[in-house]
Amino acid sequence: MRNAVTTNKLTKRFGDFVATDAITFTVAPGEIFGFLGANGAGKTTAMRMLCGLLKPTSGTATVAGFDVYTQSEQIKQVIGYMSQRFSLYDDLTPRENIRFYGGIYGLKRADLKAKANAIIEELELGSVADKLTGSLPLGWKQRLAFSVALIHEPKVVFLDEPTGGVDPITRRHFWDMIYAAAHRGTTIFVTTHYMDEAEYCDRVSIMVDGQIKALDTPGALKKQFGVDSMDGVFQILARGTSTK
Amino acid sequence: MKRFFAFVMKEFYHILRDRRTLLILFGMPLAMVLLFGFALTNEIKNARIAVLDLDHGQHSRQITDRLLSSGYFQLTKTLTAYRDVEATFRQGNVKLVVVFPPNFTRNYAHDGTAQVQLLADASEQNTAISLTNYATNIIQTYRTGAPATEQSPPGAQPPMQITVQPRMVFNPELAGAFVFVPGVMAMVLLLVSALMTSVTIAREKETGTMEVLMVSPLSQIQILFGKMLPYLLLSFLNGVMIITLGVFLLNIPLNGSLGLLLSETLLFIFVALAIGLLISAIADTQLVAMFTSMLAMLLPTIFLSGFLFPIESMPRVLQVISNIIPAKHFIIIVKGIMIKGTGLNLLWKPTLILFAMATVLTIVSLRKLKPRLG
Repeated sequence: MRNAVTTNKLTKRFGDFVATDAITFTVAPGEIFGFLGANGAGKTTAMRMLCGLLKPTSGTATVAGFDVYTQSEQIKQVIGYMSQRFSLYDDLTPRENIRFYGGIYGLKRADLKAKANAIIEELELGSVADKLTGSLPLGWKQRLAFSVALIHEPKVVFLDEPTGGVDPITRRHFWDMIYAAAHRGTTIFVTTHYMDEAEYCDRVSIMVDGQIKALDTPGALKKQFGVDSMDGVFQILARGTSTK
Repeated sequence: MKRFFAFVMKEFYHILRDRRTLLILFGMPLAMVLLFGFALTNEIKNARIAVLDLDHGQHSRQITDRLLSSGYFQLTKTLTAYRDVEATFRQGNVKLVVVFPPNFTRNYAHDGTAQVQLLADASEQNTAISLTNYATNIIQTYRTGAPATEQSPPGAQPPMQITVQPRMVFNPELAGAFVFVPGVMAMVLLLVSALMTSVTIAREKETGTMEVLMVSPLSQIQILFGKMLPYLLLSFLNGVMIITLGVFLLNIPLNGSLGLLLSETLLFIFVALAIGLLISAIADTQLVAMFTSMLAMLLPTIFLSGFLFPIESMPRVLQVISNIIPAKHFIIIVKGIMIKGTGLNLLWKPTLILFAMATVLTIVSLRKLKPRLG
């Protein structure tokens, strides 16, 4: 089966600063791929290149089989994206948000209506579906944003620190939704700095100073570094190179 | 196209949900038109004057009567000595003092010439100039009329007198509204179009939704035009509202073609929207967008467009700079169409300038916006 994401020596320079330094990895279809790193390690830059928001300086990359240099329009059709600021409009109701995103992805009117109802039912938003999104609790907004990012049934969905600012139980709920999506065959590419979330991923890559320092399943990484948590792995890698 | 429509729908939701902004958008032009139309005018009615009549003759009294019956002046004080003049001005409510020197009537009757002194409070120079002009006119007409009466000095021919008779063309009453309404229109349209577009684009950047839009299949052109279209409609509505108010409430004539006026309004809105796009390319937050709009557009528009201060009386440098202010050209066009009834054959130059500005600004802002969003 074709890989969902591949990169080969993907590099982005801003002047003299190398944000991502020749990173190479592949993500299999339906995989939950964790993309870890400290702030400024280059994970957001890498993700933005894959989404077509940034042009790479050198190297190659494909998303869902499309080339990031020449086929960014095709890529946009088959990816979903949810940022840490969850992408919903506070002055629109949940239903209007769903309709808007469905609309800009070109969903048909009838499909869109069915889809909106399905999402509202699944998230149990019935009572607030026609209130403004700004009044919803953070956890609900995040789950709604995730559903909206999946509305056009993308092959790959990019989640940029999707669970910032909520408690572990709400995070756990969110991850249930991620599992469900992955189970339906959507590839999940997620950045996070919560180490408990790293444990939930199929495979994890850890970026330090623009380079991928480790890439494997959480279990294999813990074994390799001789620690019993992903937090331990991260501490060793991050401290070993970036701090004196 | 369906995607674009979904986007425009969303923009309308934003606008309609934001009641306060909506109120400002439609309340402000109304308030400004009323204010400028009725309250803040250059016209002078019932200005307070004082008279120092050291002559107490027939002519001095008749001239005073004429001044007071003209409707422009109102006598607040009768002075008795020259030294009172300064004190009167200091008190501040008298704007003009008319001084008839001793023997005024006798000089006038015998020599045919006499002098009247007008003293104006020039701390408000515009008022001072207007008042002295009004008074001079009135006194001069008296001068010409006088020799024809029985006061003609016996044996002496009245001297030839040249009377200056200014006529105010197009705006005979010097009504302030004629000048202010085009200015208000330019300002409101700039405000609505440029400020609002730049603020909404900055808001999407601030909240992070712009990123999501850029990842979506919407093209950049669709996003920008989707942002512009609702404000284009809104601005146009505003423009129509101001024209209507001006014509029906302030009695500004509409001598030229309405179709041309509306087309020119649309053109100016395009320029303003393009400026808004340019600002949003620079500004990443709503606050920056707002301040940039204020500083870069509102102030130059108020001061350099000829709206409040005549461009002809500016220093040469500012006169040159004023040419890059879009509002200046728009005001020329609006005045031309509404008041003079001019057609495109005489207004092609400012029209062409606005057209060039719209084109250049759109191209520049599209190019600038790209790397910022990407």
